[in-house]
Amino acid sequence: MNWLSKPASDTQITHSNRLWLYLLAAVIMLLLVIPTFIVVPMSFSDAQYLEFPPEKWSLRWYQEYFGSVKWMRATSTSLKVGLLTMLVATPLGTMAAYALFVSGHRIARALFVVLITPMIVPVILIAIGAFYVYGRTGLNNSIIGLVLAHTAMATPLVMIVITASLRSYDLNQELVARSLGANRFTAFMSITLPQIKFSVITAALLSFLTSFDEVIISIFVSGGVNATLTKHMFAALRDYIDPTIAAISTIMVFISTLLLLIVQWIGSRQKS
Amino acid sequence: MQNDTALPIQISGLTKQYGDLYALNRVDLTVKSGEFLTLLGPSGSGKTTLLMAIAGFNRPDCGSIRFGDTEMILTPPHRRDVGMVFQSYALFPHMTVAENIGFPLKLRKVPPAVRTKKIEDALETVQLSGLGHRNIDQLSGGQRQRVALARAFVFAPRILLMDEPLSALDKKLRERMQIELKQLHRKLGVTTVYVTHDQREALTMSDRIAVINHGELIQVDNPEGIYNAPANEFVADFIGESTILPLQQSNGSLYYESQVVCPTPETNSSTYSLVIRPERLSLQKPDNADLLVFNGTVKESVYQGETVFVLITLDDSNEISVRYGTNAVSSTSQLEPDTRVDTFLRLSDVIVIPGTGQ
Repeated sequence: MNWLSKPASDTQITHSNRLWLYLLAAVIMLLLVIPTFIVVPMSFSDAQYLEFPPEKWSLRWYQEYFGSVKWMRATSTSLKVGLLTMLVATPLGTMAAYALFVSGHRIARALFVVLITPMIVPVILIAIGAFYVYGRTGLNNSIIGLVLAHTAMATPLVMIVITASLRSYDLNQELVARSLGANRFTAFMSITLPQIKFSVITAALLSFLTSFDEVIISIFVSGGVNATLTKHMFAALRDYIDPTIAAISTIMVFISTLLLLIVQWIGSRQKS
Repeated sequence: MQNDTALPIQISGLTKQYGDLYALNRVDLTVKSGEFLTLLGPSGSGKTTLLMAIAGFNRPDCGSIRFGDTEMILTPPHRRDVGMVFQSYALFPHMTVAENIGFPLKLRKVPPAVRTKKIEDALETVQLSGLGHRNIDQLSGGQRQRVALARAFVFAPRILLMDEPLSALDKKLRERMQIELKQLHRKLGVTTVYVTHDQREALTMSDRIAVINHGELIQVDNPEGIYNAPANEFVADFIGESTILPLQQSNGSLYYESQVVCPTPETNSSTYSLVIRPERLSLQKPDNADLLVFNGTVKESVYQGETVFVLITLDDSNEISVRYGTNAVSSTSQLEPDTRVDTFLRLSDVIVIPGTGQ
């Protein structure tokens, strides 16, 4: 255990001095992830009810999930809404971030705050608001309604990610491109966009996740054939608890973790 | 890239206001076809605003900018056919050197074969042959500068604009690039507007210099004219080193301490000052010349390598500075502080400007 006596930083503090800190950090990390991962073993249980630890192992709840028309329809709705939200929120948020950043006007700064309010306001308020507006416009239980509401939630994320990447970008490059004969659109597409593309991809993945993981708005405004996976899961938990939920949760945790890992990987590639 | 494609620029009445502040105040300026003109001024003088107006990146409140016979004031930057070099170079880091230089050609739909040839020619002109495949982060500061330059002239623009392009380079490289830029300009023959706050750079490179301050053009002349006949105290003070001494008037002549300097010029100014360039002063009495003599004591004498700089307090408590080459005097020890010295100025080296600035 030689490394224990080595300094942990530029100061004289060694790794053994820091041992308590490493332990504390490990415990906190465990506490954060255990609730998420406890569903994983439960999903492979053979029992009729959620139990931990499982006595017998089986894949029956995965079969149950993939064999159920109801669950598959909900999954397809969630994927559809997630992808559409991504396709709408990413360009919208990117354009808004770019415009507000380039303008630098006082009004632009105020607009930025207005546009990121969906991130600050309690989601339940947005859900109630959307429910009433959709009630009058006939958008409840529709894909469009869900996409619109999820886009409002995802756009601020996109704007924050894109604005952050524009801050470290030299906008003079666009001036040069324009002086060399490119109009503003060409200058953005050929010079700026390729250089912020990792942030755009990150923003796109995050907006997909925002929609895919979203429960509260979905409970209010989705239903019938267009109910989302999260809404069905919530209903299932309330009405009858069986390990199918655990199987679905495991799949969702897997997808979310994978996407976040991709985001992290993109981030680290961008830095190097 | 020949002289006949170069265009003159005619600017008249150009005004740009930010709130109460005039960034440009009724600027009239003609840049001749193929000329190298430098906009020289301190920071905030309006020189960059003027350059950006020529490039099309800011819209003046009123006035006219014509390239040749064509009014450009409403033309967007990408249709002005102007090559521009920025202070930060702003090379495109996601492209290679060749792709950077080829960018304006690609936009103009130049066929790939011709494009390759033009890129190679441009690289050769800026002495970077064979570096086309490099990435931008593999280049030194001087090389980046050259790529930015090549990118700005490869499409044979009618006008070349440069915004302090050498300010990020160290002194030695900057001085070499000044000479190279001047040679390049001679070769391309393109009308060039160059912005700098460095008066020495302006004197080195320009056909003509336009001195600008507070959004107004103060003087436009060739380097000798600007240096030897500054229009006012600002120009005299900003360009080169100078001592400015107030003059007295009597009987149609100007006097300094009862020595006649020159006849009173016919201008509408009521006061005049004497501008003295330190290198024109002499500590030894020149022969066969009409002279002004300044009596004083040495305040400080500084050895600076190629020259010695001496600060002298005159008997009338004004201060003047003298600069002489180090081979002119064998020893500098004779100029200890408080030594009494006489300083001489040929009347032919006298520069008189209106106003005292006080």
